[in-house]
Amino acid sequence: MGRKLSRGITALLIGAILTGCATTQPYDYTAFRQSKPKSILVLPPINDSLEVNAPNSVLAHATLPLAESGYYVFPVTLVVDTFRENGLTSPGDIQAVAPAKLLEIFGADAGLYIKIKKYGTTYVVISSSTTVAADAKLIDLRTGQLLWEGSAYASSDEGGNSGDGLVGLLVKAIANQVIASVTDEGHTVAGMATRRLLSAGRPNGLLYGPRSPYYEQQ
Amino acid sequence: MMVCGEIIVKRIETLVQHTAILAVYALVLTGCASAPKPLYHWDSYQTQVYKHFKGEAGPEEQITALEKDIQKARSENTALPPGFHAHLALLYAEIGKEDQVIQELETEKRMFPESSSFMDFLTHRFNKQ
Repeated sequence: MGRKLSRGITALLIGAILTGCATTQPYDYTAFRQSKPKSILVLPPINDSLEVNAPNSVLAHATLPLAESGYYVFPVTLVVDTFRENGLTSPGDIQAVAPAKLLEIFGADAGLYIKIKKYGTTYVVISSSTTVAADAKLIDLRTGQLLWEGSAYASSDEGGNSGDGLVGLLVKAIANQVIASVTDEGHTVAGMATRRLLSAGRPNGLLYGPRSPYYEQQ
Repeated sequence: MMVCGEIIVKRIETLVQHTAILAVYALVLTGCASAPKPLYHWDSYQTQVYKHFKGEAGPEEQITALEKDIQKARSENTALPPGFHAHLALLYAEIGKEDQVIQELETEKRMFPESSSFMDFLTHRFNKQ
């Protein structure tokens, strides 16, 4: 009897360890599901990178993934203009405005607070790569409650192949640098990072909004 | 014995036919599932917004690009994205086409009632100028 019990406990423990390893902590969507936001006000992103253009780039990309996820997204250019006319131009100051005030002016259900952690091209001898990383928080403007937070990263290195040999790599690095400066590669990579950060249906990502056919099916 | 063999062959034939039909169905279904149709016609909207932020394109140039998008979206029978008509209103304001400003703000509001209070706020502000 005692032996059976100890075997059972051992099996349970092994089971617990295995499931612990296999699954990541699932996101708690309780507040999000209760809030049911229909519209999102994307605030100008705070920029922790050295690239001054980063907030323009990320803000210009933010509408597509959110709208395709089923939300109404407030027109970003008019949002920026409205803050400017009220004397607010720094993203830090704008993101510090009280949720109740934002609700009063825009009538948005939720505010999206983005922080850009990394944006730019690093030049090293063998290769150059452009990376963009950002965090985001979705806040219910009616209650001030946090509904969701997440982060994402993208790099121009993704999908790049190795095995080119040293000469090949050097040629590629020089070509990459030229391409990066000519075509605004940062903006392209920022598009990838923004889609990863703000598309619904990804693991621990945003939930679908009411304009999506997948709304409330998760 | 012969008849029995024929029946088996026929059964195999129908089985093959059914499998082929199922395979086609599966292909169609996965095709639909892996590439859902976008909700909106995007084309140049976000590019124009980016250029606007960077000051790389004036209002006329952006209006031309966005009006092309309107034509394309109409021919494909897809909706224009949230913010599209509101941004167009901003551009018309910059070149002094007042009637079109109000019209575009109203279109945004009609397509997306979620925008109502902000569109009213903008209309009010524009009329006061």
